[in-house]
Amino acid sequence: MSSLTRADVAHLAGLARIELSDAELDRMVGELGVIIESVAKVQQAPIDGVAPMSHPLPLTNVTRPDVVRPSLTPAEALAGAPASDQQRFSVPRILDEE
Amino acid sequence: MSTTTTHHQDAVMDYDEALATFDPVMGLEVHVELHTNTKMFCGCPTEFGAEPNSQVCPVCLGLPGALPVVNEKAVESAIRIGLALNCEIASWCRFARKNYFYPDMPKNFQTSQYDEPIAFEGYLDVDLDDGTVYRVEIERAHMEEDTGKSLHIGGATGRIHGADHSLVDYNRAGIPLIEIVTKPLVGAGERAPEVARTYVAALRELLRALDVSDVKMEQGSMRCDANVSLRAKAGEPTSAEQLAVPLGTRTETKNVNSLRSVERAIRYEISRHAAVLAGGGSILQETRHWHEDTGVTTSGRVKSDADDYRYFPEPDLVPVAPSRELVDRLRGTLPEPPAERRKRLQNDWGYSDLEMRDVYNAGAAELIEQTVSAGASPSAARKWWLGEPSRRANAEATDLVSYAADLGFTPATVAELDSLVRSGRLNDSMAREVLGGVLDGEGGPTAVADARGLELKQDDGALEAAVDTVIAANPDVAAKIRDGKVAAAGALIGQVMKATKGQADAGKARELILGKLQ
Amino acid sequence: MTDLPADLTRATAAVLGEALADKTISSVELTQAHLDRIAAVDGAVHSYLHVDPEGALAAARDVDGRRSTGETLGVLAGVPIAVKDVMATRGLPTTCGSKMLEGWIPPYDATVVAKLRAAGLPILGKTNMDEFAMGSSTEHSAYGPSRNPWDLTRIPGGSGGGSSSVLASFQAPLATGTDTGGSIRQPAAVTATVGTKPTYGGVSRYGLVALASSLDQAGPCGRTVLDTALLHAVMGGHDPMDSTSIAAPVPPVVEAARRADVSGLRVGVVKELGGQGYQAGVQERFDESVQLLVDLGAEVVEVSCPNFEYALAAYYLILPSEASSNLAKFDAMRYGMRVGPEGVEAPSAEQVMAATREAGFGPEVKRRIILGTYALSSGYYDAYYGSAQKVRTLIAQDFDAAFEQVDVLVSPTTPTTAFAFGDKLDDPMAMYLNDIATIPANLAGLPGMSLPAGLASEDGLPVGFQILAPAMQDDRLYAVGGALEGALTDRWGGPVLNGIPDLPTAPADRTGV
Ligand SMILES: [Mg+2]
Ligand SMILES: [Zn+2]
Repeated sequence: MSSLTRADVAHLAGLARIELSDAELDRMVGELGVIIESVAKVQQAPIDGVAPMSHPLPLTNVTRPDVVRPSLTPAEALAGAPASDQQRFSVPRILDEE
Repeated sequence: MSTTTTHHQDAVMDYDEALATFDPVMGLEVHVELHTNTKMFCGCPTEFGAEPNSQVCPVCLGLPGALPVVNEKAVESAIRIGLALNCEIASWCRFARKNYFYPDMPKNFQTSQYDEPIAFEGYLDVDLDDGTVYRVEIERAHMEEDTGKSLHIGGATGRIHGADHSLVDYNRAGIPLIEIVTKPLVGAGERAPEVARTYVAALRELLRALDVSDVKMEQGSMRCDANVSLRAKAGEPTSAEQLAVPLGTRTETKNVNSLRSVERAIRYEISRHAAVLAGGGSILQETRHWHEDTGVTTSGRVKSDADDYRYFPEPDLVPVAPSRELVDRLRGTLPEPPAERRKRLQNDWGYSDLEMRDVYNAGAAELIEQTVSAGASPSAARKWWLGEPSRRANAEATDLVSYAADLGFTPATVAELDSLVRSGRLNDSMAREVLGGVLDGEGGPTAVADARGLELKQDDGALEAAVDTVIAANPDVAAKIRDGKVAAAGALIGQVMKATKGQADAGKARELILGKLQ
Repeated sequence: MTDLPADLTRATAAVLGEALADKTISSVELTQAHLDRIAAVDGAVHSYLHVDPEGALAAARDVDGRRSTGETLGVLAGVPIAVKDVMATRGLPTTCGSKMLEGWIPPYDATVVAKLRAAGLPILGKTNMDEFAMGSSTEHSAYGPSRNPWDLTRIPGGSGGGSSSVLASFQAPLATGTDTGGSIRQPAAVTATVGTKPTYGGVSRYGLVALASSLDQAGPCGRTVLDTALLHAVMGGHDPMDSTSIAAPVPPVVEAARRADVSGLRVGVVKELGGQGYQAGVQERFDESVQLLVDLGAEVVEVSCPNFEYALAAYYLILPSEASSNLAKFDAMRYGMRVGPEGVEAPSAEQVMAATREAGFGPEVKRRIILGTYALSSGYYDAYYGSAQKVRTLIAQDFDAAFEQVDVLVSPTTPTTAFAFGDKLDDPMAMYLNDIATIPANLAGLPGMSLPAGLASEDGLPVGFQILAPAMQDDRLYAVGGALEGALTDRWGGPVLNGIPDLPTAPADRTGV
């Protein structure tokens, strides 16, 4: 079983878009190590040939008709925005496109 | 718009030289926005061009607590597209979350399909310009949702680089998308760019016939990403030796948004790859951006291990399991395959290959079909639609169908115009004048003709017929007049007078002759 | 109305509903009594993050008005309620106990909230919780913990410790909760109140700020089994806005609670949820309750669910994985907190997102997001998330096998009584162990209830009794719960909550919320 290095945690924090201070990073490496060791127990369960269950309900084909429902007003949509301009959400400069 | 942008100028190799050394392989990913009434997972409308953030709700805005519900019509459209592309339709498939952060994506994951697409393993046969057929193998067609749209503020270019902030409109966020992915397209050789263009054109025609999307590349309702890689040339493009050579590193050129650009961008990338490889360099696996204005691609984001989308089955949605009955019912709604339809229409209408291609390039096939069924002759229908209306649509930078629709100018209008000519009320030049009036919004053909007092007198009809006969019988004289020798008209006037037994007005005859030949 | 107490805040919702129906009391009077109680004791308990006197009284006036015109109203019309702050409330702040959402006012109501409003329940306010429902103590609330009214130095459970402490301190007769791994049942257990996690899909999730979508389920909290059933009936039912909502009527929970009959019922004691690791006083009260069920005519057997030993591990992979994705939307772009990185001029969107998520999330939230990011990342997916999902199948199979032998399963709700603040804060795994008995039901999507089993002899603190039933058989919880509650209160001579110590009165400090 792989245990997480400081670099691993920093990489994961980057993927999760969470800036971590050095102190937090150090603490996180230790805590996650303990947790991961514990949750790795799933691998010891008799799971060979067992189908994964991603959902508790056996439902399929839940859809809605293609009928318009009222939207929010632009004012309602923008009410919680940290910043807005020209009826749009104002966001800091974007580094690069996906 | 990008005049101040300077791109690092990549070296490119002459195209023919590149093809002498390398064999190109392509992969095309086309995103199509469905024109459903509502979004993929919520009831917001999908109208293009609405005022910003007026078509958003808690779901498509990704507000805390909101949940998606699948649009039934979007699933049916996806299945119809899959069937039209000769795909298998999954009997059970799921949505997945593709996790990455981006400001125009409200939830910071895209609800998409991952390893369980609704349609897979199909093909589309594409007619190349010389009439040969290339089979484009389809890997998959899957359902997903569109993102919002950003306006980049500050900086000189309006582009993302150099902007100091961006303004986001989420009206587009959540609009249903179908992503259609080809298998690697091999064996096209030097015709790779042409294959790409004709494939996208054929796909567009197919989607239009299915009536599932507006397929307007200029508005972004159809968008193409083109993957290109080169490998060493080992024989003829389709030879076993060539096919055995492993694929090279590919680049993905994003958002190539016109048919012409698809062809140009691929041609450019082939030349660029060739220059890099011939110079001993290696291709970086990266996204590239196509610049329509300068005709080059520039480097975007390098693909790396950091591209970890952490896909997992979307827990807020349940699986889609189309019944065989549903699939069969939808199969019954498929339109005639476009290629077959085109052949049938050409045959029915008696058009030459060239005429048929012009009709398709003008996007006039449906209009002509309806005009003919409204009673016009195929040749008249073609003449009227491809004349003034096409010219005006072009001038307004729109397509013929939208132009006509906006104006309320219908196939029935054209059929009415044609009937005025056929009944002998209008001659050709009068009909042109009437058409101009109709397109200027003065009313229907009969009303315009009435208002302008345009009517061929009975004897005028006889005179015109005589003039046509005389011109046809004297091609040499006619040619002289066309060349500017107006005096030669005298000989023809004499013959017209003779043919009408002196009943005609010589002045009118002169006018008619010159009118037709100048 | 013989059993209406002088202090209206001490009455059950069922009794209050009747008193309102026959106009013995008005909703305004009742709502005001609760607002007064809140003003008096919430400073000490800190159950509420936000109190809405104007809104609650307006709703009360509306109900009173409709009743005076002779309109037929639901049985809970006019009975005030406290709503967990994880539920979107139009016009009322919704923070999920996080700085990230400080001041956020949703432009829409969760379906559950819309149902409460439609049924005429005045909303007193929003209750405290562990941040984004991650925790078992409310110590992870960014606005400070709620306190257990039985002992103010102890935790009221979590994440729904605000709702449980509201009930135990008589600041509302009813409350809502959400239960992802025990967040309704564990707080109920440690405060001697009742809470039900319905069958997954039985109550709409639309408008609940998601923690783990495949595990989350909203449910009712009350002080009696019948009150809880009455609220369950109001909250439940199909919602077309939630794709995972079950298109079937709410099981007959109220009838079952009133019938309160277990004769001939087969009850299975889950071998793996008890004994070693369970506090002696907890085990003692549990065994006593099981004996009562036998006395009432139930047939009790022991059943084994061998794969439950992997449940906690599977849960702590599935939950963080889904949470890491669900909480990605908190990015400072559209709502909520936005801060820039320190000392960076003109930061990019990417930097602002990272800095905001650093500042806006507490340590437990960050821990789980990063754990989930790891469990889903390529190369580890199969080993962690994939394996956890297979364990989930095994857990569901264990339940299936058990329910072939018995009608309901029972266990202590939690291994221990309420622990003291700070006891488990620095040891995430110890904190997670609180949910060991409640988690299996979430993994399998089954309904579960906790109700009071009395007080542990060694510390005098409440013990919870858990009942689990097959999917969509939620009514069985109420039949068993109602019967057991009846027998226990007979034995005690009244509800166990009657013995709760008086609270000091202190004004609430809700600055900054
Ligand atoms: Mg895609
Ligand atoms: Zn929407």
